[in-house]
Amino acid sequence: MAASTLEQVRSIASDVFGIPADQINAESSPATIANWDSMQHLNLVLAVEERFGVQFDPDEIEQMKSVGAIAEFVDKLETT
Amino acid sequence: MSNSHSNPKPSERTPSNLRAEIDGLIADRAFNPASRRLVELWRRDPSPATSCFVTLRLDEIRDEFSLTKFKLAISRSFTVEPLVPLLRAEAFRYGIDLEVQIGDFNTYVQDILDSRSSLYLFAPDAVVLAVRTDQAAPELWRDFADLAPATAERATPGIVGNIVNNYEQCIATFRKYSQAALILHSLECPSWPSLGVLDNQSDTGQSGLIRQINRKLRRIAAEFPGVYILDYDALVARHGRERWNDERKWLMARLPIAADYLLAMAREWIRFIVPLSGRTAKVLAVDLDNTLWGGVIGEDGVTGIQLGPEFPGAAFQSLQRALLDLSRRGILLAVCSKNNRDDAMTAIETHPGMLLRAKDFAALRMNWTDKEQNLREIAQELNVGIDALAFLDDNPFEREQVRAALPEVTVIDLPKNPLNFSAAVRGCAVFERLALSKEDRHRTEMYSAQMQRSNSEQTFQSKTDFFRHLEQEVEIDPVTELTLARAAQLTQKTNQFNLTSRRYTEVQMAEMVKRPGWHIFSIAVRDRFGDHGVVGVAITHDTGDQCDIDTFLLSCRVIGRTIETAFLAYLATSAAERGRKRLLGRFLPTKKNAPARDFYQQHGFHEQETSDLGSRWTLDLEGSTLRCPDWIKLKVN
Repeated sequence: MAASTLEQVRSIASDVFGIPADQINAESSPATIANWDSMQHLNLVLAVEERFGVQFDPDEIEQMKSVGAIAEFVDKLETT
Repeated sequence: MSNSHSNPKPSERTPSNLRAEIDGLIADRAFNPASRRLVELWRRDPSPATSCFVTLRLDEIRDEFSLTKFKLAISRSFTVEPLVPLLRAEAFRYGIDLEVQIGDFNTYVQDILDSRSSLYLFAPDAVVLAVRTDQAAPELWRDFADLAPATAERATPGIVGNIVNNYEQCIATFRKYSQAALILHSLECPSWPSLGVLDNQSDTGQSGLIRQINRKLRRIAAEFPGVYILDYDALVARHGRERWNDERKWLMARLPIAADYLLAMAREWIRFIVPLSGRTAKVLAVDLDNTLWGGVIGEDGVTGIQLGPEFPGAAFQSLQRALLDLSRRGILLAVCSKNNRDDAMTAIETHPGMLLRAKDFAALRMNWTDKEQNLREIAQELNVGIDALAFLDDNPFEREQVRAALPEVTVIDLPKNPLNFSAAVRGCAVFERLALSKEDRHRTEMYSAQMQRSNSEQTFQSKTDFFRHLEQEVEIDPVTELTLARAAQLTQKTNQFNLTSRRYTEVQMAEMVKRPGWHIFSIAVRDRFGDHGVVGVAITHDTGDQCDIDTFLLSCRVIGRTIETAFLAYLATSAAERGRKRLLGRFLPTKKNAPARDFYQQHGFHEQETSDLGSRWTLDLEGSTLRCPDWIKLKVN
């Protein structure tokens, strides 16, 4: 997984949740971020899709419940 | 142009250090610079992520300065929540603080029919009714194949009628309960109609019926004030149906629009919200070199610039066509260019590829002064505020300078490729209008005619030459039912060239015209630069052997051009024809009508008496030399 993808997803998450990027890491998830609810999850996914020019399937979106997981899915889509 | 490579400081900022700068400014309570940086960040990266950043910061600082508040309610059949930050960030760019309330899924009918619903309690300024075809017309969407071909012909008029009726009732009820604007999404056609290519072989296919509904909706909307159609089907088509729709998000989250097109949806709403909130531009000031044409006129000359129907000149023609369209909407165009005036004027007036000529511009600034000063002068000359100006320039340096010096001006970001210039202008929300008056359509003509008149006045040797050059045509008519309202309005509004300043209502004038011996005349003026319409009124009544001028007035737009002489001469002629011997006139002074004081004296009248209240003048009609000037073409009906 390219570090730059994780960096970018962290900064997107920082925008969406209103939390400084240095307080977000690969393990950040709905369990560690208070306002990461289902609507914010959709916002986060859309922001990531727009930034990287990708589209996720519904089952992928269900699985990507951490910042690191999202970055992994992005890398997978970008390389295939 | 020479400055275009030495970009100013702002381009050194990246979106990420802009974010840090903004948070620093907010921490220091420097709200104005913070808000400017927020707009800059949004302009440079209008993405969903940035929209979240911008709206979170906006919520922190929105009370610190004055933005136009606007409340928007969205009644919907699909997920619109992710659109809200984009919408609010985009509105903020236009100085609008948008508050958004979203209705529950598919409760829009109840919300509208119940006068105590949360929709009305919110007291919105505008309501968007965003309903998709699958919800508004299920029979014409997924279930269309269920209509057997034999029954379809008979059943479909009823289906269309029902759907249209439902809309009509909703709209009528809404109008009863709310003054808010209503923005109605048209229904979208399917990408892949049930019948395949056969669908379009009749009017009653799936697409044909949906289009029928859309046509009827447009007609219904036109019957209600403040109800507007947002052509959702055309919006989707503009961006490409296949790309716009994201079936995966629809199935997962009832969001039909792909991530890449959320911004386009938000911007389409903004195209209504900007004119509704009055944040429009009235004047567009444009640069010349590399904007209205390709190349630099001072270096390339008239034969060297790129402008014409073929590439690469076509890009600039297409921009000019977009500007012409704006001027037909009542937006005034102005030139604001660093150039030698003669070079620029030669190109504007003689280049065969120019679609815009000097007459299409309400103001011209071609000089070496900075653009800030020229923009200030243009605003002053056209009598609008700085915030009513928009500015179009290919040079990012000039744009940044104007942004820094005059933050109220709408500065349009032109893309690098000239082929995309016209779309950038056409997509700009500050030029949207929701209704057009006759004056809007002719505004430029009126302004530029004014400018040409005062220009040509300076170049003529004598006044007479100038009057001849004007080619004035005057038409004098007895007031009729059709012109009564305008005539009454002129008596109410005209202050300067008004001899007696008597104000009459339409009803009073209608009554007056029926009295024996009373005559009311209107005068209309046209000249080589344009049509002024009805600009003056005279009222006379015959008593004994004299004709008494009760009212004589002319709009100040046409005074000093001997129109007044033509009008007065006509009164004399017609009184003589009716057998009167004398004209009687009065001047009743007010604070404003000094321009009319010497009128009767200048036209050979003799003073009868003068007091504080005014003066009384008579003219013997026999032997009078009062004539219509020979440079005026007079038409009497």
